[in-house]
Amino acid sequence: MSAAALGKVFLRYLPLALLALAWEACARFELVSSSALPSLTKVAAAWWDLAKSGDLVENGAASLWRAGAGLAIAIVVGAVLGIGMATWRAADVALGPLVDMFYPLPKSALIPVTALWLGFGDGSKILLIAMGCMLPVTLGAYNGARSSERTLIWSARSLGASRLRMLRDVIVPSAMPEMLSGIRTALAISFVLLVASELIVARAGLGYLIGFLGSNGTYDSMFAVVLTVAFLGFVADRIYLLIMRRALAWRE
Amino acid sequence: MTQIVIDKVRHMYRPARGRPVLALEDVSLEVGEQEFVALLGPSGCGKSTLLYLMGGFLPIESGTISVNGKAITGPGPDRGIVFQHFALFPWKTVLQNVLYGLERQNMPRDEREARARKFIDLVGLHGFEDNYPSQLSGGMKQRAAIARTLAVDPGILLMDEPFGALDAQTRALMQSELLGIWRASPKTVIFVTHDVQEAVYLAQRVVVMSARPGRVKAIIDTNFDKTAPDLLRSQKFGDMVDHIWGLVKEEAIKAQMGRAT
Repeated sequence: MSAAALGKVFLRYLPLALLALAWEACARFELVSSSALPSLTKVAAAWWDLAKSGDLVENGAASLWRAGAGLAIAIVVGAVLGIGMATWRAADVALGPLVDMFYPLPKSALIPVTALWLGFGDGSKILLIAMGCMLPVTLGAYNGARSSERTLIWSARSLGASRLRMLRDVIVPSAMPEMLSGIRTALAISFVLLVASELIVARAGLGYLIGFLGSNGTYDSMFAVVLTVAFLGFVADRIYLLIMRRALAWRE
Repeated sequence: MTQIVIDKVRHMYRPARGRPVLALEDVSLEVGEQEFVALLGPSGCGKSTLLYLMGGFLPIESGTISVNGKAITGPGPDRGIVFQHFALFPWKTVLQNVLYGLERQNMPRDEREARARKFIDLVGLHGFEDNYPSQLSGGMKQRAAIARTLAVDPGILLMDEPFGALDAQTRALMQSELLGIWRASPKTVIFVTHDVQEAVYLAQRVVVMSARPGRVKAIIDTNFDKTAPDLLRSQKFGDMVDHIWGLVKEEAIKAQMGRAT
């Protein structure tokens, strides 16, 4: 890495480092009560204990499985739905109003509903995340597919592509940029819904761990898990951005 | 031999909002095999619409268009098209774009690769096979689009103002190259343009269309020797352009008036 690139990375993470320093200072000099904000070094020690005991890995794995499975369902169903509605008028007429009505509903309101249907385990979280993450993908795919240029469609057809082939070779790639940004939104929503549902109704998962540790009064451990969730969300988004950039390299 | 027969075609343009407009009224035209015909007219006269109907991209509601005696019902690889704004697949490289039509014909891999490269060389894009369209200039994009269309060897080449988005120098260059390609391996070409000089230079016959609703106003024979080096400054060429411009001008004025009211 060149010196300039290193400098850029340094500048980028400098505010984060300053925030960490400010946190440590606030706790050390007791500017806020230590139960409201345990010092960062204590939190780090608690994190290490949690990691050693296996609690973090166990609950982290449960959470990632739920988020991953829910998101995967949302992407598949959302993409098919969005592209289907964009290319097939009957589907648009039948499902368009449902999508419009369901879109503004805060999906966290469904936490008790999915728990009622599928209980306290993985199923209810996966269903909740799938439902909550589906619509951003659907709308991205729909708008992207609708913006397909007709001259591209005609070109494919006159080069010998069947209708179905044209759908695959023109409509789907045309939908890709907007659909991929829809998936990025869905990724963020999946973390929100995951932690919210685990806090309320769960016996495992990072959200559950935060709630459990908080009600036990072990605040340094609680903060350790909160920071872990924040870090996981950040890393997931960065990795996704890399994938997205690669997939859309042709746009330059 | 007659290849394309357009018989009493009428077309209503139906915008998503607003009232339907009669775009073409009672258009009839015959085009011979390997003939180069230009469709000339003011903007909005329906010349592109007529081309899209021939391509099978728009439904023919009234009248018929037949190719080699068979009424067309949809798009097909027997009629290649080149659009003004290139319509290259932006997510494919030049080579992948040119390969696309050959893949649809189930040509063996080695054969289609060799054929695609041959046509990329023909249009002068050697060395740009792995570039994406976004990395090419307008002229190069149109070269790639022409290679993509020619590679599948359509009997008929439909061209929708293909050089209209290019700068004057590139346009002149591409015109003479197109003529060279056509002379080397003649195809039936329908060439839509609103540039009179371009029409006279390229085509053997120029079809002048009226302002909306589009009708065939006149058909002018422009099939004379165009290989003279100073052709564009010759008396004959100038007279022909003046004559046709006179016809187009009337329609262009009508089109302007129509828009004003």
